Amino acid sequence: MHALDGLDLDVPKGTVTALLGPNGAGKTTTVKVLTTLIEPDDGVAVIDDIDVLKHPDRIRPIIGVSGQYAAVDENLTGFENLDMVGRLYHLGAKRSRARAKELIDLFDLREAQNRPVKGFSGGMRRRIDLAGALVTRPKVLFLDEPTTGLDPRGRLGMWDIITTLAGEGTTVLLTTQYLEEADQLADSISVIDDGKVIAKGTSDELKASIGGQRLEINLVDSGDSEIAIAILRRFGHSDPTVSADGRQLTVKAEDAPVALQAALAEFSSRGIRLYDAGMRRPTLDDVFLRLTGHMASEEGAENGGSNKSSTAKKSKRAARKDGTKA
Amino acid sequence: MSTTTTHPAVAVATAPAPAPVAHSPIVNWFSDGWITTRRNLIKIKRVPDIVVFTTLQPIMFVLLFTYVYAGVINIPGSSYTEFIMAGIFAQTVVFGSTYSGSAMAQDLKDGIIDRFRTLPMSPSAVLIGRTNGDLMINTISMAVMMGTGLIVGWRIRSSFLEAVAAIALLLLFAYAFSWVMAFLGMSVRSPEVINNVSFLVLFPLTFISNAFVPSDTLPTPLRIFAEYNPVSALVQAARRLFGNVPPNTPVSDVWSMQNPELTVLIGIAALLIVFVPLSIRKFKKVSSR
Repeated sequence: MHALDGLDLDVPKGTVTALLGPNGAGKTTTVKVLTTLIEPDDGVAVIDDIDVLKHPDRIRPIIGVSGQYAAVDENLTGFENLDMVGRLYHLGAKRSRARAKELIDLFDLREAQNRPVKGFSGGMRRRIDLAGALVTRPKVLFLDEPTTGLDPRGRLGMWDIITTLAGEGTTVLLTTQYLEEADQLADSISVIDDGKVIAKGTSDELKASIGGQRLEINLVDSGDSEIAIAILRRFGHSDPTVSADGRQLTVKAEDAPVALQAALAEFSSRGIRLYDAGMRRPTLDDVFLRLTGHMASEEGAENGGSNKSSTAKKSKRAARKDGTKA
Repeated sequence: MSTTTTHPAVAVATAPAPAPVAHSPIVNWFSDGWITTRRNLIKIKRVPDIVVFTTLQPIMFVLLFTYVYAGVINIPGSSYTEFIMAGIFAQTVVFGSTYSGSAMAQDLKDGIIDRFRTLPMSPSAVLIGRTNGDLMINTISMAVMMGTGLIVGWRIRSSFLEAVAAIALLLLFAYAFSWVMAFLGMSVRSPEVINNVSFLVLFPLTFISNAFVPSDTLPTPLRIFAEYNPVSALVQAARRLFGNVPPNTPVSDVWSMQNPELTVLIGIAALLIVFVPLSIRKFKKVSSR
């Protein structure tokens, strides 16, 4: 029942903070508390010195929110959607129209300007939704999984917009399931799981804590695994992990390309046959594996299910977003 | 769009912020209500399903009932066409008010309610806009049905003012019912469930009434239900005000059937007093998922 459990978060003014975590970690709940959508049982939330729980009506004029699903009206055109939001911010008819036009130019929405949003791509909808969050200049912008469900092109486009907004000094709290996204966009990352912040820091700090790139090889013959582990230990920088079938081996490596080449030469000279070999960046799973001992992905959560589901959730909730003090 | 070379959002945040116009809360309330109403009016225009259900279905009902049943159902001293029209009106507008239920559930599911709830708008505005949308749908349906009715032989045998009062009662009752449906839509949260449930409830409510046959022809348990059924009072009120009550038909002694107009007015007031505040309170708490 309790999605948040003593979550503690500070977002300094003018910075981008990412909430990184798997589905069900409490990311959306955190955003909902801070954007006045739900009231926690307990806790404090402050934006720009205003108490969110006591004065939601004073919070709403100063925030912009773009939710997990593009909350645009399908039957309205892009222009009508933005114009409606402007009027509901009480900008008046004339300035709502002007601002809607301005945002259509800035976000490259001309195609959807005069046609109902129905029938446009997810990327287009997201951009209209994000534009809606920027109709007034919000003091804090909340983006709940801004790129979930977008194709790679749409994702890059969204990253570009967020990077630009951040460059202009907008305070942003975004949630994401992707380490790479948090890495690209955020000044600071808070990793959350089971409603708690389990790690925070810059992306470099987090990466350092989980140790950069990985080498990963797949053996043809699992009988080779012992010797392969020894080789990887020599060229890598951690104890290699071995999959259940003994064929997939993973090891951290600081200078991964060099380590990979050296390891491959060694495998070759010893006549160990490989299905494949390569380098990969650390994933959210690596972060979670390291921090919690269970996997972040849903399949992983099932495998490590006993670990995760037994975690008792308590009723204490706290979420704080401080635009000025921190 | 070109994803990496352009910066489409440049100056979005640094541009001069459009500040809200300072208006009194009353002005803002009217404005918010109008903006959300306009949203629903645009929807009526653009969603083909709604256009069909608002115009073609009422025409079909009028034609079906008058031509299919008029030959077999005999109303002494009157034509079945005249008798049936008030029933068709009532049934159609009551069903018309179910849009609010499915639309609120759908908006909740799509996250549009979340968007509205994070805006500094009046918490009643979305509901006002939605129920106004139903009112518009029902007004169009009424006009279409009355036009079709007049073509197939229905006549208003009362004064202009009485006819206006009949239309007003039908539309207001349905409007009040829209608030009930909006509340249910936010509570049930599934547009499909709310549609199915409203069919299950509204079909008996409209058919076990005096809408399509005089209630004294019904078997006793059904007759008793029909006499106390609020839809019967609505039909009886409309029938009386349009001057379509067959002469010499026995009217039940039940108070609501003796005073149908007053009964409907009390019903409208009661529904609004209960469900307007209840719906607004619900709206202030709901969020997607």
